[in-house]
Amino acid sequence: MAANPMTQFEVYRIGPVIKIGSFDISFTNASLFMVISSLAILIIFNLGSKKNSMLPNKIQLLAELSYAFVSKMISDTAGSKAKPYFSFIFSLFMFVLFCNMFGMIPYTFTVTSHIIVTFILAAFIFIGVTIIGFMKHGFGYLKLFVPSGVPIVLLPLIVIIEIISYLSRPISLSVRLFANMMAGHTMMKVFGGFVISLGIVGGWLPLSFSVALTGLEILVAFLQAYVFAILTCIYLNDALNLHH
Amino acid sequence: MIKKIFFQLIFFNFFFVKEVFAAESGGMPQLNPEFWISQIFWLTLTFGVLYIVLSKLILPKISANLELRKSQIQENIEAAEKHRESSESKLKEFENIIQKSKLDGKNIFKDARDKVFKDINSKKDILEKQIDDEIKKVEQEIMVLKKSAPEKINKIAIETSSELVKKLIGAEVNNSSISAIIEDLSKRNGNKYYGN
Repeated sequence: MAANPMTQFEVYRIGPVIKIGSFDISFTNASLFMVISSLAILIIFNLGSKKNSMLPNKIQLLAELSYAFVSKMISDTAGSKAKPYFSFIFSLFMFVLFCNMFGMIPYTFTVTSHIIVTFILAAFIFIGVTIIGFMKHGFGYLKLFVPSGVPIVLLPLIVIIEIISYLSRPISLSVRLFANMMAGHTMMKVFGGFVISLGIVGGWLPLSFSVALTGLEILVAFLQAYVFAILTCIYLNDALNLHH
Repeated sequence: MIKKIFFQLIFFNFFFVKEVFAAESGGMPQLNPEFWISQIFWLTLTFGVLYIVLSKLILPKISANLELRKSQIQENIEAAEKHRESSESKLKEFENIIQKSKLDGKNIFKDARDKVFKDINSKKDILEKQIDDEIKKVEQEIMVLKKSAPEKINKIAIETSSELVKKLIGAEVNNSSISAIIEDLSKRNGNKYYGN
């Protein structure tokens, strides 16, 4: 029954069981919304880049403004060295944003509300950034864990703290997005449930709450995508420009 | 009656809400690893395709569009600047030409006026000289005539008076006596006849 606010996060198979070896890679509702989000991004940006008119139409303006927005975000946080990673961060931002936004439509599935999805993204970013850091600076990248201007006595402690904070990056990055999405959608479901259960007399208050929450959740959906992308930029900045 | 049913509904609804919360103990579907592999696989596939298509096909196009527009706008601005400068220089040139032509016109007018005045003066001089000459000549002629006039008049007077006498009295009169009389008259009244 839809009464359980967590049922909206359930993943179920669409179509046949597909197996590679012992791994089940069946097409699920999560896969469906990943495909839908990717296709939506590709369609919108393909339309937005199709013809170059001096005066852009709405969809072209949308594509170009998004491009300028992400471009500015990267150059502000990670500098000009991060230019080769623009495509990745752009895709990442758009993917997370579209998954979050598609989740806001009733009866859809929110891909980013699953810890495994956000964790894989965050882990990929973490590993990629670490590899970039070691490739750029060699073992000098380890200086990241040794901040300058710290008393020798405190140094071992600081290094341990720095290492822990560095290693917890993928966890914090993934849990932030996942928890925000899950909490928001659960809350909306709970308030929606109150509307039904309180009926026509008492249901107005949770309904108005629900409406307000919808606005808030749309904001959160954008904000979390932005935070995800900007944190990626910051990690990339650490790897590219070793400041310590 | 209806009121009672409403209140009952609200009252019982709280029981339903309790039931709703009771059904929640199923746990988080996110932590069920049944479809983790599937999600990882599809995430990699869709995000990979998205990344490749965006980075290879779409983003370069958008970037090129933006660059093209930027450069086009820059070019247009430069062209406009050039046009403005050229129009300004043309305007200056034009003003210079007007100034120069005004000055030229003044000079030409002045020259022409001077020349005309000169011409008029010289012609006037010549004319005056000619007029003076003529006047002198005429005066001389008049003088000559004036001088010769009394003699001729005397002669005519003598002849006419002799004719008159002949016709009046029918007798020949001596010319010399008549001329003497006329001589005498002209001497007495000469100024009355010839003077001014």
